[in-house]
Amino acid sequence: MIVFRKAPYGSIYAFEGLENVLIMGAYDQDVSILFIDDGVYSIKDGMDTEAIGIKNFSPTFRAIEAYDIEKLYIDKESLESRGLSVDDLVIEPKVIDASEVEALMEEQKNFFMF
Amino acid sequence: MLHLVNKSPYDSTGLESASKYAGKSSGILLFEDGVYAAMSGTAYEDRIKEIMGDHDVYALKEDLDARGIADRVVDGVKQITYPDFVDLVEQNKVASWS
Repeated sequence: MIVFRKAPYGSIYAFEGLENVLIMGAYDQDVSILFIDDGVYSIKDGMDTEAIGIKNFSPTFRAIEAYDIEKLYIDKESLESRGLSVDDLVIEPKVIDASEVEALMEEQKNFFMF
Repeated sequence: MLHLVNKSPYDSTGLESASKYAGKSSGILLFEDGVYAAMSGTAYEDRIKEIMGDHDVYALKEDLDARGIADRVVDGVKQITYPDFVDLVEQNKVASWS
């Protein structure tokens, strides 16, 4: 499982997480992706990063489906506490609550936290 | 499962998130600046006690010593050493929260 929990441009974590997703996808790994905490900001729609001089990598998340990665999840509370809903995102992860996140994590073999 | 936390609770949400998403049988291991969460007489003391209600909480002795707080650890926090750390990591699936 790859877990996104940092916002996209203040640090390199989210970008590195995305790179890892694409690498796992390219090698046909059975990978699940989870967005929690500030990680939900990584897939906010409508980003325009031109003026801050950093590449907007959010559209790349849409390529995830092309790699047959379909197990995408997002934490409900992280989303709602930040005033967001799935309609504000560039992809459509399944919205799950904290107890479902807990159960999902128990099912995983390894964690890559970004 | 074992959840590793290496940031101070005053600086990072790592410990809060770990405790929120960790299953009740999961342990939480504090190391590096994470050990500040285990210090008594702090604003975080009540919260770490609350977390200990649901999880075994470990703190790395070497990091407590390095920070001069080994004699001020909240009762119930299990102090462990590097070899114990290695054993726990071998015995559990691990998630790191920074």
